Amino acid sequence: MAFEGLADRLQQTLQKFKGKGKISETDVKEMMREVRLALLEADVNFKVVKEFVAKVSERAVGQEVLKSLTPAQQVIKIVKEELTDLMGGEQSKISIAKKSPTVVMMVGLQGAGKTTTTGKLANLLRKTDNAKPLLVAADIYRPAAINQLETLGKQLGIPVFSLGDKVSPVEIVEKALVHARENFLDFMIVDTAGRLHIDEQLMGELKQIKDLSNPNEILLVVDAMTGQDAVNVAKSFHDTLGLSGVVLTKLDGDTRGGAALSIRSVTQTPIKYVGMGEKMDALEPFHPDRMASRILGMGDVLSLIEKAQASVDEDMAKDLEKKMRTNNFTLEDFLDQLAQVRKLGPLEDIIKMLPGANKIKGLNNISIDEKQIKHIEAIILSMTKAEKQDPNILNANRKKRIARGSGRSVPEINRLLKQFEESKKMMKMMTGMSKGKKKGMRFPFM
Amino acid sequence: MSFFKKLKETISRQTEQVTNKFKEGLSKTRNSFSSKLNDLFARYRTVDEDFFEELEEILISADVGVNTVLELIDELKFEAKRKNIQESSELREVITEKLVEIYDRGGTLSQDVNIQENSLTVILFVGVNGVGKTTTIGKMAHMYLQQGKNVVLAAGDTFRAGAIEQLEVWGSRVGADVVRQASGSDPAAVIYDAIKTAREKNADILICDTAGRLQNKVNLMSELSKIKRVIDREIPNAPHEVLLVIDATTGQNGLTQAKVFKECTDVTGIVLTKLDGTAKGGIVLAIRNELQVPVKFVGLGEKMDDLQPFDAGQFVYGLFSDMWESDRD
Repeated sequence: MAFEGLADRLQQTLQKFKGKGKISETDVKEMMREVRLALLEADVNFKVVKEFVAKVSERAVGQEVLKSLTPAQQVIKIVKEELTDLMGGEQSKISIAKKSPTVVMMVGLQGAGKTTTTGKLANLLRKTDNAKPLLVAADIYRPAAINQLETLGKQLGIPVFSLGDKVSPVEIVEKALVHARENFLDFMIVDTAGRLHIDEQLMGELKQIKDLSNPNEILLVVDAMTGQDAVNVAKSFHDTLGLSGVVLTKLDGDTRGGAALSIRSVTQTPIKYVGMGEKMDALEPFHPDRMASRILGMGDVLSLIEKAQASVDEDMAKDLEKKMRTNNFTLEDFLDQLAQVRKLGPLEDIIKMLPGANKIKGLNNISIDEKQIKHIEAIILSMTKAEKQDPNILNANRKKRIARGSGRSVPEINRLLKQFEESKKMMKMMTGMSKGKKKGMRFPFM
Repeated sequence: MSFFKKLKETISRQTEQVTNKFKEGLSKTRNSFSSKLNDLFARYRTVDEDFFEELEEILISADVGVNTVLELIDELKFEAKRKNIQESSELREVITEKLVEIYDRGGTLSQDVNIQENSLTVILFVGVNGVGKTTTIGKMAHMYLQQGKNVVLAAGDTFRAGAIEQLEVWGSRVGADVVRQASGSDPAAVIYDAIKTAREKNADILICDTAGRLQNKVNLMSELSKIKRVIDREIPNAPHEVLLVIDATTGQNGLTQAKVFKECTDVTGIVLTKLDGTAKGGIVLAIRNELQVPVKFVGLGEKMDDLQPFDAGQFVYGLFSDMWESDRD
């Protein structure tokens, strides 16, 4: 299954034109076919793709690419610009009611992640707006949905309004409004039942809730893995309710998320948040440019840098850089470095964010076992201080002791030592290369 | 129309009721899909490049994987050339034939559930978040109870809030025992317990729920492998079925899901859910074509009896029955 990024595809196509100097209009057409396939593989709706490709080829044929000496890069640049543009400029926030409570309605298909997102959103608003939110349990259909919201509320310490599953959702929302007003709560986030967009009766129910509560936001919750059908779903919900925004969930998976583009182009409403994990704080603002890179399979360097900046200790990094230059890198530093990288999150996630990582042999489909890292930690921590600073003193007896202490085997220890030596050699080479440059290595792990 | 006739004959041997369920459940899919195709044939009398491009788009719109579609289109072009087909109408049957062929290419993969005759059958459910695992388990328990089997359910999703309760509601709804532990406990331990309970109760079938997980989370995937090992240690050769639940609205990622889950848990079959929406479920063809995993069941609605055994013939007939009927006129 070739989920190659657009960049790789275009490079392949361009191999054919090598030595041709400039490229012709026909060549551009062939490149546009690659753009089209890349977008289709990313699950962008075919109609949206068609319009999009037409737009891009217009720009491409009009000089920009033909004159360029690096046509592939030029095409990618145009595609990325247009994509970012299409997905909306800046990220938008929740619009707040003049008079509290601000009502937010969460709608969507079954299994999109409405209940989880409801909890996450309340948590986020409480943090960023210092708000007092109320969760409203209006999903009376799915077994234990109310229970799920109540559990989340308890975890977060956020009140949940529920009347059980025998009262109609419209009535629940009506009473919740009164409750929110009486208790001076700022936000009321309504978790509705998942429903098919073609279920007229249930769609009518949503309309009733809307008419009654006059919500400030109606957010469509969509699974990022949705395929071509995303347009139909988004269109139906938008036509019936008039959406104000979209939340894209499960984006911590490995889907390209082309649905984002389809939905955006059908509803013309902004994607406000993305769900990035199962924990209650894993709801983030949407960044159109990053999404564009992801759809094109270009990696998400920005997010990686942001993450690194947030978690890597600058001083420690500088210190480390110095040690690497002077070749004083010890196993202790190795351990520190490991801990820093791990703060960035699961390693395979980090690798995925690197552009082109999926092309490097052995790195695509890599599965880094967090356990192995724990084993390495255990081994190093079982060494004495002297051993950590100079692993050369490790003889058979010492190794046996370490093996016992860490619960690992002697061959494993040998392997680690060998790896450590190799990486030291590599560092020497790398720092040698960057000599003379002012900044040197900023991210020792890269 | 020999091909359709053959298809129709096999189907007419099956009960009318099942066929109707399929037709009903797939009506949305069928209408848009075949009306698009009909429209295509109406507009293009002759076969040319534009015809093929539009056909490609129609197939892609059904979430049939991009690779599968490109392959199919190439084959159709070849076929058209070989048989010197000029008129689009002549290509109509070839298309359907090819689609079924792609589905059958995986060889004769059995769609039957591997039920043990005189001992406990263990069925493990896996899949990403929100595809409908728990609901499908409820429906499946109902199906086996109707067949007079003794069913026990294991609440192995100890992670998601409310998941255990959701399974318990289904258990009492259909009348099956549910083995559970506190939320947050080790799922392998829950399933271990459930095996013991199922044995004590002399149950025929044990269905195990697991928490939804995205296939790129290595830790969670190895947790699944562990669950599978625990089951295998208790009952050799079990689980007898590992069913991967896939949402019909899923796009290309469905292939990756099938691939990774297959690697970790030896998936034996797929349950395609939410096929009663407008989603085409074309990913089924792609998964079968590229990974040789058969679809065993489809979810066609929210009612207890809306789980149906999958049948490629039924599926394609459901997709194209309008075409066939218009052919007969």
